Amino acid sequence: MLPRTTHDVTLPAPLSATATTATTCPYCGVGCGVKASVRPDGQFDVAGDEKHGSNHGRLCVKGSALGETVDLQGRLLYPQVDGQRVGWDDALDRVAGGLRRIIDQHGPEAVALYVSGQLLTEDYYVANKLMKGYVGTANIDTNSRLCMSSAVAGHKRAFGEDLVPVCYEDLEQADMIVLVGSNTAWCHPILFQRIARAKEARPEMKLVVIDPRRTATCELADLHLPVRAGTDVWLFNGLLSFLHQHGVMDTGFVERHTTGLARTMAIADNTAGDVRSVARACKITEADLLEFYRLFARTEKVITAFSMGVNQSSAGTDKVNSIINCHLLTGRIGRPGMGPFSITGQPNAMGGREVGGLANMLAAHMDLGNAKHRDIVKSFWGSPRIADKPGLKAVDLFRAIEAGKVKAVWIMATNPVVSLPDADQVKRALSKCELVISSDIIEKTDTNAYAHVLLPALGWGEKDGTVTNSERRISRQRRFLAAPGEARGDWQIICDVARRMGYEGFEFDGTHAVFDEHARLSAAGNREWGIGNRSEHGEPTALRAFNLSGLVGMTREQFDALPPIQWPVLSSTIPDSPFPIPAVGTARLFEDNRYYHADGKAHFVPTPVRAPAHASSEEFPLVLNTGRVRDQWHTMTRTGKSPKLADHIPEPFVDMHPQDALVSGVRAGELARVSSRWGSLVARVQHGGGIPRGNVFVPIHWNAQFASDARVGSLVNPVVDPVSGEPEFKHTPVRVEEFRVLWHGFVLSRRELQMESTTWWTRIQGRQFLRYEIAGRDKSMDRGAWARQLFGAEDPEADWIEYEDRTAGVYRAALVVGDRIECCVFMSSRPDLPSRAWLASLFVKEQLEEIDRVGLLVGEPVEKGADTGPTVCSCFGVGRNTICAAIRDRNLKTTAEITGCLKAGGNCGSCVPELKKLLSEVRATEAA
Amino acid sequence: MITSKPRLVVVGNGMAGMRTVEELLKLLPDLYDITVFGAEPHGNYNRILLSPVLAGEKTVDDIMLNTRQWYAQNGITLHAGDPVVKIDRPRRTVYAQSGLAIPYDRLLLATGSKPFIIPVPGHQLPGVIAFRDIQDVETMLAAARHHRHAVVIGGGLLGLEAANGLLRQGMEVSVVHVNDCLMERQLDKPAAALLKAALERKGLRILLNANTAEIVGPDRVTALRFKDGSEIPADLVVMTAGVRPNIDLARSAGLQCDRAIMVDDTLQSFDPRIYAVGECVQHRKALFGLVAPIWDQARVCAAHLAGFGHSRYVQQATATKLKVTGVDLYSAGDFIGDADSEDLVMRDPRRGVYKRLVLKGNRVTGAVLYGDVKDGPWYFELIQNKTDIAELRSRLLFGQAYCEPRAA
Repeated sequence: MLPRTTHDVTLPAPLSATATTATTCPYCGVGCGVKASVRPDGQFDVAGDEKHGSNHGRLCVKGSALGETVDLQGRLLYPQVDGQRVGWDDALDRVAGGLRRIIDQHGPEAVALYVSGQLLTEDYYVANKLMKGYVGTANIDTNSRLCMSSAVAGHKRAFGEDLVPVCYEDLEQADMIVLVGSNTAWCHPILFQRIARAKEARPEMKLVVIDPRRTATCELADLHLPVRAGTDVWLFNGLLSFLHQHGVMDTGFVERHTTGLARTMAIADNTAGDVRSVARACKITEADLLEFYRLFARTEKVITAFSMGVNQSSAGTDKVNSIINCHLLTGRIGRPGMGPFSITGQPNAMGGREVGGLANMLAAHMDLGNAKHRDIVKSFWGSPRIADKPGLKAVDLFRAIEAGKVKAVWIMATNPVVSLPDADQVKRALSKCELVISSDIIEKTDTNAYAHVLLPALGWGEKDGTVTNSERRISRQRRFLAAPGEARGDWQIICDVARRMGYEGFEFDGTHAVFDEHARLSAAGNREWGIGNRSEHGEPTALRAFNLSGLVGMTREQFDALPPIQWPVLSSTIPDSPFPIPAVGTARLFEDNRYYHADGKAHFVPTPVRAPAHASSEEFPLVLNTGRVRDQWHTMTRTGKSPKLADHIPEPFVDMHPQDALVSGVRAGELARVSSRWGSLVARVQHGGGIPRGNVFVPIHWNAQFASDARVGSLVNPVVDPVSGEPEFKHTPVRVEEFRVLWHGFVLSRRELQMESTTWWTRIQGRQFLRYEIAGRDKSMDRGAWARQLFGAEDPEADWIEYEDRTAGVYRAALVVGDRIECCVFMSSRPDLPSRAWLASLFVKEQLEEIDRVGLLVGEPVEKGADTGPTVCSCFGVGRNTICAAIRDRNLKTTAEITGCLKAGGNCGSCVPELKKLLSEVRATEAA
Repeated sequence: MITSKPRLVVVGNGMAGMRTVEELLKLLPDLYDITVFGAEPHGNYNRILLSPVLAGEKTVDDIMLNTRQWYAQNGITLHAGDPVVKIDRPRRTVYAQSGLAIPYDRLLLATGSKPFIIPVPGHQLPGVIAFRDIQDVETMLAAARHHRHAVVIGGGLLGLEAANGLLRQGMEVSVVHVNDCLMERQLDKPAAALLKAALERKGLRILLNANTAEIVGPDRVTALRFKDGSEIPADLVVMTAGVRPNIDLARSAGLQCDRAIMVDDTLQSFDPRIYAVGECVQHRKALFGLVAPIWDQARVCAAHLAGFGHSRYVQQATATKLKVTGVDLYSAGDFIGDADSEDLVMRDPRRGVYKRLVLKGNRVTGAVLYGDVKDGPWYFELIQNKTDIAELRSRLLFGQAYCEPRAA
């Protein structure tokens, strides 16, 4: 591979130099509308789309930085087989031939697809069709299994179908929002801002946050319940019992539209019948608990929104149902401003669910176990066969691969070596697998290292199709960039392989054609909205809420013009619908109180309480919680390219309570090894993430491409929810120990450097440089010689500036080439290294001034006060020191005043919770 | 006028002796009847500034410290150009070359040092001189008017200043140095290498590891021959290979001498009536060549001459600045260091900057600065005050500007 250089990255070619393209953000499940345009310098501008109903023109920092991630640096541009570049024909033959041979020898269950919520609905649709209708196995699972499959299972148990009843507007209409296991401020920033603005307009609106961590989201909360990890079912069973005891129920609704209350109540009363025991189980005060229960009891319009803190649990499905139960008891569902609300993690998790791209679904919200559904799908496809039993879910799939039962796996748009639990097991599995195919946009990933065949796919801005967000809103992702190299859309690659395997039914002349088939399948055997839900004979019918019949028959142009729309979209809502009459979607479900179980009712689901699978022990005394940070996405293949996004949290960290750090013998700012029974990693210890005693938090993003040893997946216990198969990412017993190093350091370099021989390193993208945080154990090394070799500056005539304090173990050097700084290194036996911020600013200078050279090895400008501290507002690059100084000096009282002074928080607003925190911190120190 | 005041006789009209007298006058101007003998026929001048005189940057008048008028005003009898040749300690009388005999109650020896002339064949040829006094400067200036090739033997502080001066006077100058680096008593090797490069850029020719075998010439020097047989042309040879304390007089008077006149912490010799200051003294094991410690000696000695027995001479670190225009060089204290010392080093060859501080137990003990010497005085202060620099250590070498906000 050519060395990565940071100053001559290749930019992709725009399709049009002038047009602005409306598309959809590829990150979280909020699904914001984005407008992309080309700047005269070839870079790309992205802005929020004010016409998009999900974000109304707002964009978070990740979305704002999309322009920094579309360059072609590191892209997989050509097919490869066994590490060699080949033509598409050879690659497709290898894939089709390999799959065919294994199916012929070992049967269809010996092959599998592992796909992603990053795929577009059209990609997903053909992948699912290939496996379930043609190969004849349901061995297609997705990284959405890791994300919201518990919500899916909970929805199905309660409603008979995977349905999210509410929409974003309901958040604004609610009088109370309960956020459970959701750091919305960081993970769904635009949704959080909608909540924040609603609360600003109506301060009486209550926000309750339920999370073991005191996250940025809590800054806005009226009440934070820091429940013990994994005790959500106690909490909501307790709520159900409390509501019932106090007669807070909609008896008419319960009687007419639900079933199963008695058993559910019995379990709830039994497990969580009194407030004191619930408070004890959840490790919160009785007063706080009662406050929550009373608030919930007296507020009619309440939304309970939940994310990974609920889903990623061995009791995830029960947690979801325990929440839904409370809404069913009170009849708070199907009306504006109320309902349970699963906020999904990925841009197209919902789209994947619509097409059935999970091992336990069939297609278009139809079930594998339902013969009628199978008939509908098989005859609609005209396929030779139809899978009739569930396939392997993610964790089981990779176990089956290691066991040799599955011999070929095709991974698309995901990075399981990083993201699955017990991720070292995934390495073992892939290294044993006969045929590993990976479709990706990035060449070097932890997973691609194991692939026999690499297929270059299209990335955001290049691909074309639809995604569905958390409120069932289907939005177009439109292309504005030319396909780079030989990359192709995933749906095309899948169809090509299918054809080469001899299957018919994969002749599409565009994504509009795929979408049309998908829409028609959603309508197949599905009667019109509002017309009964039982056949004349009282048998269960094929009726599904998921219905896109109103979108059937779109031409390519109509599909291109499709505005964001929430399903169900029914032709009957538009009489004699000649599309494109403004399509009418459905903002809210269950307004008619009809549910999709055979009995047409919503089901209470009894939820016995169950502790997380693995309890902490003497050997592993702490509980590992994992999650996202504000400015990174998944395994960083894209966000890792953005200097703007690297500013917020540059390094992998383990956040823990200071007292636990003391007990574990580690210190903030230093490195620690975090280990579980399954694996270990090394990260920098920090406090301040609001972590309760007994818990630690490690972000999910870092991997071998960005750090020597930071894959948290390798630690996570491979325990799954028995219903949903979703892994327990939020609860793994671990221990934290000192990771002893003899020196600490960092490097800023314009070129990518070989760090493999360094004990510990992490790489951070900067503006025109790469930053490496490093640490080592070799005390006797000649640091000057090491650094010169690392930088390729062995020439004694090189413009090499150095500083050494050998006894203190301090070495600093910089290489200047043609008056520009090329690289610099700072090392010390203590972690007392200078701020990187000012040094970083030197890399954008075309010429170093004399005064810069003077300060270079101090790491500080000669003038004082120029160090702005770690970035808080990434949009305007405003640092913590600057903000704190302004709060103090200008006596600022509100975040709006900070924005007025410094602009910070004025663009994407993602940092507003942190600004709030700084306000109170500064005030606290002033008071002291 | 017959006076009953005690008599102080000063042997040596140089910087050390006269500074002592000045200090004494400040304390008790009328205590002694003072007589000063000087070998040179001048008033007292600043010998350190001979280099700028040679370089044409200053005149002799500019460097005069005490004129004859000053002596008269202060009631001091000056015998300039009349060296003392004998001390009769039992009779407490000094004898001058002129035959003058002056009795003393207190005697101050400030005989200074004399240049070391390497005794190679030809060292007595005309055109071979040292660099010690105004006479030498005048000889060099004259040579520069009539001759082309100058050779300076000895690449120490003095030699380089002489070489620079001669270069400025238009001569082609070679510096011949027996060691492998210049100014090895003030610089470490990296700084010396930077200095060599800078001087070469100015036009000096510098020959290191060069052993002079012979100074060649029929009746005046014409060339210098090395031990390896090679020769370079020379019309003028300046010997700056060090100095030797001028102690013949003291030794012949039976004063205790080692390498120089032994003095105690009050600058008193083994004869309680005789004091000594300056380059001719040895205090403990140390000899002195730089001005700062000599000023200290003068102050202490004057206090004792005045009868205020309260001060002691304590050796302090010293600092040196090379007076060569365009070369910034500063060294102070013990920059060689030892097994217990620690080094802070910074190199920026492109900017021509080299800095090194030697630390011992969180104190600065030595500094070598090249190219960027503005913090020299500050480091020297830290050395002298024995300031604990633990807090400043990570920024220390980058200068006072980076340290002060923290120190405050």
